[in-house]
Amino acid sequence: MDLEYFFQLFLGGLTRGSIYALIALGYTMVYGIIQLINFAHGEIYMIGAFTGLIVSSVLTMVGMPIPAVVILAAMAAIIYSCSYGYTMEKIAYKPLRKAPRLSALISAIGMSLFLQNYVLLAQTSDFLPFPSLIPDFDFWEPYAHIITSPELVIIMTTVVVMILLTFLIKFTKIGKAMRATSQDKMMAALLGINVDKVISVTFIVGSATAAIGGILIASHIGQINFYMGFIAGIKAFVAAVLGGIGSIPGAVLGALVLGWTESFFAGYISSDYEDVFAFLFLVLILIFRPSGILGRSETQKV
Amino acid sequence: MKQFRRFFVLCVVTLFVMTGTAISSETIKLGVAGAHTGDLASYGLPSVKAAELVVKNINARGGVLGKQVQLLVEDDVCKPEVAGNTATKLVSDGADVVLGHICSGATKAAMGIYKDSGIVVMSPSATNPDLTLTGEYPNFFRTIAHDAVQAQLQIKFATQVLDVKTVAVLHDKGDYGKGQAELAQKYFTEAGVKVVLFEGVTPGAVDYSAIVTKVGRSKPDLVIWGGYHPEASKIVTLMRKKRMDTLFMGGDGVKDDTFIKVAGKYAEGVYATGPMDISGTPLAIQAKKEHQDAYGSDPGAFFDNAYAAALALLNAIEKAGSKDYDAIVNALRNEYVDTTLGKIKFDENGDATGIGFSVYRVEDGVFAEKKM
Repeated sequence: MDLEYFFQLFLGGLTRGSIYALIALGYTMVYGIIQLINFAHGEIYMIGAFTGLIVSSVLTMVGMPIPAVVILAAMAAIIYSCSYGYTMEKIAYKPLRKAPRLSALISAIGMSLFLQNYVLLAQTSDFLPFPSLIPDFDFWEPYAHIITSPELVIIMTTVVVMILLTFLIKFTKIGKAMRATSQDKMMAALLGINVDKVISVTFIVGSATAAIGGILIASHIGQINFYMGFIAGIKAFVAAVLGGIGSIPGAVLGALVLGWTESFFAGYISSDYEDVFAFLFLVLILIFRPSGILGRSETQKV
Repeated sequence: MKQFRRFFVLCVVTLFVMTGTAISSETIKLGVAGAHTGDLASYGLPSVKAAELVVKNINARGGVLGKQVQLLVEDDVCKPEVAGNTATKLVSDGADVVLGHICSGATKAAMGIYKDSGIVVMSPSATNPDLTLTGEYPNFFRTIAHDAVQAQLQIKFATQVLDVKTVAVLHDKGDYGKGQAELAQKYFTEAGVKVVLFEGVTPGAVDYSAIVTKVGRSKPDLVIWGGYHPEASKIVTLMRKKRMDTLFMGGDGVKDDTFIKVAGKYAEGVYATGPMDISGTPLAIQAKKEHQDAYGSDPGAFFDNAYAAALALLNAIEKAGSKDYDAIVNALRNEYVDTTLGKIKFDENGDATGIGFSVYRVEDGVFAEKKM
């Protein structure tokens, strides 16, 4: 019984951590390349969920089979979020690239508020039901009380996304360009890398992972509203900092550590203080490793 | 000439004295106290309008005990430090009964003065449980359900109808939710039901699987939720997805159609307490129309409760046959009166019976009222 309880909490934390990881990747990639904390990233996640909802409702109405609905809704959400991420960078961050970093940060906060209120006005302030896009698998029924099929899908999708992302960064030409840009923007440009394009791609990739996270979590908890990106965004940002902002494996590790911390503290001590423990843990780690678990120490960045 | 002037003054003074005594013996004075200015005026002014309408109707029909009813309106700004003066003013002006006050704090501050003067007070809106439950103010009555009524109803339903032995209490850490949860915990413990879990969750969190897992381990018969519907629907959905069929019950924060819309099929079977529906009461419809005719707008907060209170107070004087304190209290406790809230009388604490909350259960996508 107690071992089962431990496993339930472990898997619950893993699910939560996976979602944080999908969002944290966007923060950490953008920070790695242009040293900007993109506060509007949580809103991209929210927009992904909203697009998924709208597209899937329309497709269900015209009578498409469920698997086709899931794939098309996910594609639409990814494309939509990516275009938002791309446009956001062009409008709010590119003109400020040479400005002091504080200006870009304010611009990011403004973008976040703008997108929240845009969805609030264009859609609704109410909570909307989100269909369970991920069905309950029959073969999984005996284990459903430990971990549900949607949670299983969340974890597996995250693993797949991580593998694809690692492949993209390690073994492709654009990945090499991204790594070069993150090390030294000026030198990369001198060597013929189109830095603007690399930055755009970074925003697009980050937005895509956030959109996947948005759809998965919305279909898991079954509801969305315009404010859902805020808390998720803050937690994912914490995860990125915890792992060492700018480092991709760090973001994943930080997200999982945060997910497990919350899950185990809530399960074994008290969920009243869930956030207190999570942030206490963050403070402790940053005291002993100021640049995060896997972060490189760079004294001049702040 | 001088003598004439003296005589004139004497006449005027006598006239004044005579008029004064004439009014005090010839009318029934209904005091109305509450916030009529300031931030909370919107809570108090509808009561004044309700009293004006009731008094106008009753006076047109010949008044109470053959006497006309006179209104004494006093402002307490919803402030306890002002309410004492308001009460003193009403008492010295000779109020026979008082409709008010509006805010619980102000009501509490004023009650001692009314109690010493033997004046019956009826509030349309003060919901603090202590006002009636402690028995400290036998002259206090109200036409609104107090804050603990929901918790008491939940406990009664859970123990008598659902026959639960253990319960988990969850809340959203807010004033409203935690307050409800603490009352539920207290009354369940008193009723001999074991509270196996009492915890708060963070509103808006990404998921609640940890707390749901914890509920699953403590194996309660029933989960009581103190809070609003967005978190309730997340928790219920996750419980059902994790194959837990534990009963779930919330308060009026859950009894909202959005809850059913969002939780969908997972909402089925969920219990929630909520206010009884009174909009169909004939008097409520009539009172609303009177208000629209007289003031050209829809009535505001606590209008129905205040209208009912004014009717109940004046009816009690009529039934008592005098302005005697004991007779009025007796009439309030024993005589049913037809009001905007339906047929009501008052229990020994001073709370109106037959108003308040019902238990609802989600059945086929709607809240169906459950009789006990």
